[in-house]
Amino acid sequence: MSPLLAIDGLTAGYGGLPIIDNINLLVAPKEIIVVIGPNGAGKSTVLKSVFALTSILSGSIRFANQEIAGIATQKLVPMGICAVPQTRNIFPSLTVRENLDIGTYAAPPRNRAEVEESVLTLFPDLKAKLNQPAGELSGGQRQMVTLGRALMSEPKLLLLDEPTAGLSPAYLERIFDLILAIRQTGITILMVEQNARQALSIADRAYVLVNGRNFASDTGANLLANDEIRRSFLGGSRPS
Amino acid sequence: MMEFINFYLIPGLALGSIYALGAIGISMIFGILRFAHFAHGDVMTLGAYGTLTAVWVSGLHPLLALPVGIVFAVLAVLAVDKVFYKPLRELPTIYTVIASFGVALIFRSLIQLVWGSQNEVFIRGVQKPVVLFDLIRVSLLHLEAIAIIIGVAIALHYFLSRTQTGRSMRAVSDNAELARVAGLDTEKIVRATWIIGGSLAAIAGVLAGLDTNIQPNLGWNLILPMFAAAILGGIGKPMGALLGGMVIGLVEELSSYPWLTDEPLINPSYKTATAFLMMVILLIFRPQGLLKGRLF
Repeated sequence: MSPLLAIDGLTAGYGGLPIIDNINLLVAPKEIIVVIGPNGAGKSTVLKSVFALTSILSGSIRFANQEIAGIATQKLVPMGICAVPQTRNIFPSLTVRENLDIGTYAAPPRNRAEVEESVLTLFPDLKAKLNQPAGELSGGQRQMVTLGRALMSEPKLLLLDEPTAGLSPAYLERIFDLILAIRQTGITILMVEQNARQALSIADRAYVLVNGRNFASDTGANLLANDEIRRSFLGGSRPS
Repeated sequence: MMEFINFYLIPGLALGSIYALGAIGISMIFGILRFAHFAHGDVMTLGAYGTLTAVWVSGLHPLLALPVGIVFAVLAVLAVDKVFYKPLRELPTIYTVIASFGVALIFRSLIQLVWGSQNEVFIRGVQKPVVLFDLIRVSLLHLEAIAIIIGVAIALHYFLSRTQTGRSMRAVSDNAELARVAGLDTEKIVRATWIIGGSLAAIAGVLAGLDTNIQPNLGWNLILPMFAAAILGGIGKPMGALLGGMVIGLVEELSSYPWLTDEPLINPSYKTATAFLMMVILLIFRPQGLLKGRLF
């Protein structure tokens, strides 16, 4: 099967200064791909490059066999790519429903009511909060609002930048479950994660980045079983 | 009691309406474009002169000729945004703030060049007050200003909470970076901001011109209380600015009412100062403004 997203020899950064160097990464349809690595490895820069928020120095990014490197962020949403930033990822003074609505503006879904229904089935917690300002919600609920907003445009590819950052362990589990549930609806997911062990356990395949370069890539299960990876990136001991 | 309503309350609400109309635009522009638009007073003046010209040509009442002034002011701000502000958008906002001072001077000089610096009036002669039940005697203009601000408040609330453009504007004001990631058309939102801000400024300019007279400094003289209103209401919150404008207008007028003795509480020449005092006190205890606006 041809990949949904193919990053080939990508060198990118900010203001002419490269952060990532010659990165290769493939995402097949309906896969969950996780990017892990130490702080400053350039994980988020990979996502931001796909989303036209960095300056690309060389290499190509192809989405559904179309070159998208250099296409403006605004045009990527209607093409079927949606991103969820790590922080400041809700509109705090807008109600939950308005936050979801914003997701439909750039790429109106075929049947708005149906999409909202399926988003609220994924995130039942939000049903009672629809008319509340999103800024009043807890961290985990905010994460649901921003995921919901991204899903409202019926994306093909969802880019998640550390979706569990700063969440309590209880919510962490739920967010990973939700990511699996989102994939179940046919959406492909490329995510960057700090909670590497849990992320690898739900990943089809994963990429390990070190110092802005590809270090290793394999299935999630194989990386979890790899001693060197475990020692260097998963904090040592074998999971119980 | 009647004296209070006739000479303090109604004029206060009318003055507040003028401040509010200007402050809504200032607050919106700050929310969306992140800069203090110091040329906003001169946009008001442009709207007033545009309307004045239409009155000269058509002989219509100024409020009927108002659409001409609105179109004139909107075209002016859209052109200025394209030529002066847009090229500076990626730079730190202080560049745009200073540019808006420049634009203010340009507008004022062009007005003097085209219309001259003498005082003009919309309607000559003394206007008869509206008398109700032989008790309420107020100027028709003040009632018109209050009616306009009520209409604007309803329309603005509907626009911001129900329409796609209105919600997008609130989204950009809340979190511009996320709005871009969500694929919102920022340029379209910027255009809507100028159209609304320019229109309301033109209405404010005509009301201010009707209340006194029209001269090139008409709007510039009102810029400080309008900024105070925008800050008081919570910067970036248009409904807050509307509220802030009404509060500042009322405080200015009511401060000279003889509350304690037969003398005015505060000499009317210090009216403006009381409004600022009020703003300072409120900001010490509620720095985010009346409606939780952006903090610097």
